[in-house]
Amino acid sequence: MTIDGFVALYIFMLAAFAGWVIIGRVPAILHTPLMSGSNFVHGIVVIGGLYALLNASTGLEQGIGFVAVLLGAGNAAGGYAVTDRMLAMFQSSSHQPVHATHKSGAHRRKPTSPKKG
Amino acid sequence: MLTMLPPLLIDIVGIVAAFLLMFGLWRMSSPVTAPAGIKVAGIGMVAAVAASFLYVFNISPAAHPHLPVNLALAGIALAVGGGLAWWGGRKVAMTAMPQMVALYNGMGGGAAGAIAAMELFGNHARGVTQLGVTLLGAIIGAVSLSGSLIAWAKLQGVLNKPLRIKGQQVINGLVMLATLAVGFYILFIVQSGTVPVLSLQALICLFFGCAMLFGILMTLPIGGADMPVVISIYNAFTGLAVGLEGFVLQTPALMIAGMLVGAAGILLTLLMAKAMNRSVSNVLFTNFGDVVKQKQGAIKGSLKPTAAGDAGIAMRYASSVIIVPGYGLAAAQGQQKLYEFVKLLIAAGVKVRFAVHPVAGRMPGQMDVLLAEAGVPYDLIFQLEDINDDFATTDIVLVIGANDVVNPSARSDKSSPIFGMPILNADKAKQVYVVKRGEGKGYAGIVNPLFYADNCNMVYRDAQAVMAEMIEAVRGLGLSAAA
Repeated sequence: MTIDGFVALYIFMLAAFAGWVIIGRVPAILHTPLMSGSNFVHGIVVIGGLYALLNASTGLEQGIGFVAVLLGAGNAAGGYAVTDRMLAMFQSSSHQPVHATHKSGAHRRKPTSPKKG
Repeated sequence: MLTMLPPLLIDIVGIVAAFLLMFGLWRMSSPVTAPAGIKVAGIGMVAAVAASFLYVFNISPAAHPHLPVNLALAGIALAVGGGLAWWGGRKVAMTAMPQMVALYNGMGGGAAGAIAAMELFGNHARGVTQLGVTLLGAIIGAVSLSGSLIAWAKLQGVLNKPLRIKGQQVINGLVMLATLAVGFYILFIVQSGTVPVLSLQALICLFFGCAMLFGILMTLPIGGADMPVVISIYNAFTGLAVGLEGFVLQTPALMIAGMLVGAAGILLTLLMAKAMNRSVSNVLFTNFGDVVKQKQGAIKGSLKPTAAGDAGIAMRYASSVIIVPGYGLAAAQGQQKLYEFVKLLIAAGVKVRFAVHPVAGRMPGQMDVLLAEAGVPYDLIFQLEDINDDFATTDIVLVIGANDVVNPSARSDKSSPIFGMPILNADKAKQVYVVKRGEGKGYAGIVNPLFYADNCNMVYRDAQAVMAEMIEAVRGLGLSAAA
């Protein structure tokens, strides 16, 4: 498949538009995971690095290709790890009872809980 | 036949991966669907990486003898790079998230730059367009790499002071011009086949050196408070570089994902800059710390300190409380204690909500993550535009470690450097308590008239200690009433 100038421009234009629309939908509360998530998405550069490294024919090319894959893999894996970790933290109130009893045993909260009003 | 199949498979997996990555981001429109979304995107990434090993069936003849070595190198690079970053990402504290994102971002930029370097050294590019795009991607990638590393160093505290020298703009401009000049010279030499002044290799090295120097010089003068915007810009840069190199390598998945992130990063940057009431060029090209010189004396009233316990008890008997958390809360690691206190209030029937300003924290939305980490359910967390009208009808507002985001002079005082910045209307509540470490000024060094207002009391202590005292006071109340 060959992608020539104008086809490339079409792809770029549509992708840019999609990015703008998709990210515009994300609520501000998720902006940090969004940033690390989009950071993860450009980690796809690792497959470009793999292509280049597998086609390397000199020591210099092998060296640079190795760096490209190393950095790209770091970008992708790290971006995924932090995004996944952060998103798992967002709980709603309806999940909370399970979460709270599971975590902070009853012994500490007892004194105040019977008292209401 | 056998040589036709692998490229077809790569193309199919590529298009599926591009779809999954986009779909994953699409699912981020709500905290409910987001965790599943990132997993979908992760599957797309793994599939794309696995499929790219099918390239071995169609590599250039020159690379054939090196295939075993190249495969081994690829395996090692994937394992080491991916493993280390994964381990770092699992370990990193949520307060250190901005520098971690900056670091990963720099890696992506570096990878794009390295791919461009291989294309240039190997002289693979066909035609002016491809070569030009390679060079452009190389510049953006290299700037993103070095700039992100400087941003990381600043956020990590390795570099503390913004470094400003006279004529910085001129020097930056000259370095950029030099980079472009070398780039055009490379373009000219490769196209015309003339013998260069320096060897082509040296020119390429010079080219990357200049581009990286520009990234460093551009980031050094920017102050810590502006780092969120900077990270966001470099995120967009890396996306663009990846997209451009995707064109050079003729890989649509890279083009789509890269350009998607590029556009997304630009949108996020604009949103951030708007929340800080500054233009992007203002962040990049003016030195924020310098303009902050404000005459004092226009402020009426006095600072009225109060005890943490009294404030806690007042909140226990209020009917509605809004909490405005700032980075000072995270710096004191008081989120857990704060939520413990909030749970006491909720158990006592108080309506408690959190109001988060878009620029609270060191990157957009960081305060939301820090609260979520402490266990605060996301339905208690409200953004500026959703809660700002409710302050006037609220009994008590508790401001913890935040300053500029509740500074009313942003609304009224035209001489204030933050005039026009959207703020949380904490001053409109019936009573405001401000938890602050000391009498000092905020991050930006601007006087806050709210602190001197009649309806405001100050609690001077480390946030964590204050929360502990408030919990104690409210608990003591429950015990004595029960006894």
